[in-house]
Amino acid sequence: MSTRGGPAAARGMNARFAQFKLVLLGESAVGKSSIVLRFVKDQFDSYRESTIGAAFLTQTISLDENTTVKFEIWDTAGQERYKSLAPMYYRNANCAVVVYDITQAASLDKAKSWVKELQRQANENIIIALAGNKLDLVTEQPDKRAVPAADAEAYANEAGLLFFETSAKTAENSVLDIADQDSDQEA
Amino acid sequence: MRTGREDAGVSRANDEEHINANDGDDTPPPPLPPRPLPGPQPNHEILIAAAAERPSLQSKPTTAVSSMSIQTLSFPDGTRGTFTSGGDDPSAKGSDNVVIPGDLASTRGPNAAPDDLDDSMSVATFAPTLRAPGDLASLLGGAISKRSPAWKLLRLQSATIQPFETMRLEDDPTLSEFPKEFDGIPDETEKDWSDWDRLVVWKSKLKHYMILSSAGKPIYSRHGDLALINSSMGVVQTIISFYEGAKNPLMGFAAGNTRFVIVIRGPLYFVAISKLGESDTQLRAQLDALYMQILSTLTLPTLTHIFANRPSTDLRRPLEGTESLLSSLADCFTKGSPSALLGALECLKIRKSHRHAINNAFLKSRADNLLYGLIVAGGKLVSVIRPRKHSLHPSDLQLIFNMLFESGGVKAGGGDNWIPLCLPAFNNRGYLYMYVNFLDGEVASPTTPAGAHSIHEETAIILISPDKESFFTLQQMKDDVVAELQKRGSLDIIRTAARQGRPQVAEVAPGSQISHFLFKSKANVQFCMSALDPAFSDAVSHRRLMSLYHNMHATVHAKHAHLKVIHSVGTDSTSLAWVTPIFEFFCIAGPNASRHVMTQGANRVIQWAKREEERLFIIGGGVF
Repeated sequence: MSTRGGPAAARGMNARFAQFKLVLLGESAVGKSSIVLRFVKDQFDSYRESTIGAAFLTQTISLDENTTVKFEIWDTAGQERYKSLAPMYYRNANCAVVVYDITQAASLDKAKSWVKELQRQANENIIIALAGNKLDLVTEQPDKRAVPAADAEAYANEAGLLFFETSAKTAENSVLDIADQDSDQEA
Repeated sequence: MRTGREDAGVSRANDEEHINANDGDDTPPPPLPPRPLPGPQPNHEILIAAAAERPSLQSKPTTAVSSMSIQTLSFPDGTRGTFTSGGDDPSAKGSDNVVIPGDLASTRGPNAAPDDLDDSMSVATFAPTLRAPGDLASLLGGAISKRSPAWKLLRLQSATIQPFETMRLEDDPTLSEFPKEFDGIPDETEKDWSDWDRLVVWKSKLKHYMILSSAGKPIYSRHGDLALINSSMGVVQTIISFYEGAKNPLMGFAAGNTRFVIVIRGPLYFVAISKLGESDTQLRAQLDALYMQILSTLTLPTLTHIFANRPSTDLRRPLEGTESLLSSLADCFTKGSPSALLGALECLKIRKSHRHAINNAFLKSRADNLLYGLIVAGGKLVSVIRPRKHSLHPSDLQLIFNMLFESGGVKAGGGDNWIPLCLPAFNNRGYLYMYVNFLDGEVASPTTPAGAHSIHEETAIILISPDKESFFTLQQMKDDVVAELQKRGSLDIIRTAARQGRPQVAEVAPGSQISHFLFKSKANVQFCMSALDPAFSDAVSHRRLMSLYHNMHATVHAKHAHLKVIHSVGTDSTSLAWVTPIFEFFCIAGPNASRHVMTQGANRVIQWAKREEERLFIIGGGVF
């Protein structure tokens, strides 16, 4: 298990290889699985059923000719009943993406409580990103927005989080970018 | 096992004698066993009918000396009737258009009469026998038609008409709406639908499942959003609670051809409303499966605790995200599931040696904290490893299979899944942790092009452990198992077998005219069946097939039925059920198939199942 923690050592002479553990947290139905699907397969599924338990996925990305990054991703289910399992998923994570739905105000409150828990319990070097999902809905119908971007961003700055508004559907500001930033910071 | 199989042989021989009676072409059929005497309360209707027949017999000349006797008959209502009995002379029989084959007829000839009709015998005991020719005619339909060459020729054509072939969907009042059964009901956001219209659509559904708390809070309904049917839920709750209050729980009731069945489990009410003709027992089993699904999400102590603290709790929140599991279970019942009907599992048919190799590869890589290990291909069990003390219960496996193969939640994610769940039949008090990985796509096989897999061919490895921290251990075990299976070539064997699908009846019992069969091995709690394609692949004919099976199953399993064999002839199909302590067998053929041909086919299928037993079924599995 010890080999799984933290960024792994580089392989080869000038090739750099890094391994990151990433966890997605947030209320149910905010789009965590859709963000992962966009990241791993670059696809979107409108009729996605709820995740049951958690899913573990990997994605390997070549940042440039010499740098390869492997992500191990825990996509967790958002329902309250799975909460007791969460420490297992974020325990050794290098990065956590806390997702909320910008059309549902309550989902940001839930996200804030996740951030609190992570800052208290998780690895102290963990990078936390706050992602407001479903930007596509607001682009179509601006009155659907329930969380002003400025508010969320202010909170993110205050709590020391990365902040994005994204859409898993249209791939705008996709988590790929967040992941890139993370790996840049870590590297 | 050995003694069990010998038992099978014996009981089969007996049954064959039963089932083959009177079907021989050339040899006269053996005599029927003596008819049982009617019970102490003779059937009024039969007696009256028998009495009504008498006058016509009376007018005929008789050559019998001793068979003529005056009998007095007491009807149950107290009246008495007097008439002559006997008259079983050939001329009387000749006037009847029924030919009674050999031995049966001779027992009623004038010579037999003195034995049959002594003075101590009452008409009451005799009456049903006198009525018998009519019944016999239908029982022996096959034998009669064989007499005529024209019929004989037509018989040859009988296999050309498939079951349900002549049925038209428009003429079928219940199933005409079946294709729309699973369509959603428009919700409130659709402005051009009034509540009334939406209720009409809701009412047109053939099958409803509802779950509500004893306080009347709606928890789940298969059709319609809860706002639409809130008032119906209220009515249901009131009715059930009324009977509950009187300490006389309501089990079920009927309205027209709609059957309502109620199951009460602790603080939950389960209601099934069916127009599909299932029996109460079958509907109750379906509701129990829904209850098991809820327990699988929450565990029994949690469920009890929730309602003990606050009886008015809205259970929808704790169950959030599992509605799709409940619905896929419900739809599986509505479509008709042989597995649910028989309470048995289906296994992938592979050679015994192959299965053995897979079990061994599986056992070799076993992680320490593993409880159960399963390999499943296309919803059929390939291999099981388990501790010696624990076997897996079919109802638990039904929940797992439903989660993985019927509903999309796990499958869609890809990757490895780590799912806490409770297996209620194993232990309803705690969670187990299930590692699931779908192999296809990850392990590219040279023989199978990528992306060519349908859900029916997907292979999954399921590893269950009581330890919630064991994900990475089990993931490692999966990698080892897959590597081992790959090395032995077992993965390709599994894929090939899964792609082959179920056998066609023609391969199993050539020339049998049987269109479809189900065979359940009782000892193994497993079943096998023939392919549904092409005759039963569309939803409606599949439902008709399953309804027939449900009817037969309900009949043989009715309390106090003690039935072994049912042969039932309808205008659209012929069906045969055969139940022994070893197996249950059900089959269906076209409307013209004779009993003789059906029985022959049934025998052949059963012999096949016996011969292939160790390929069709997992016997024991890998034990550690």
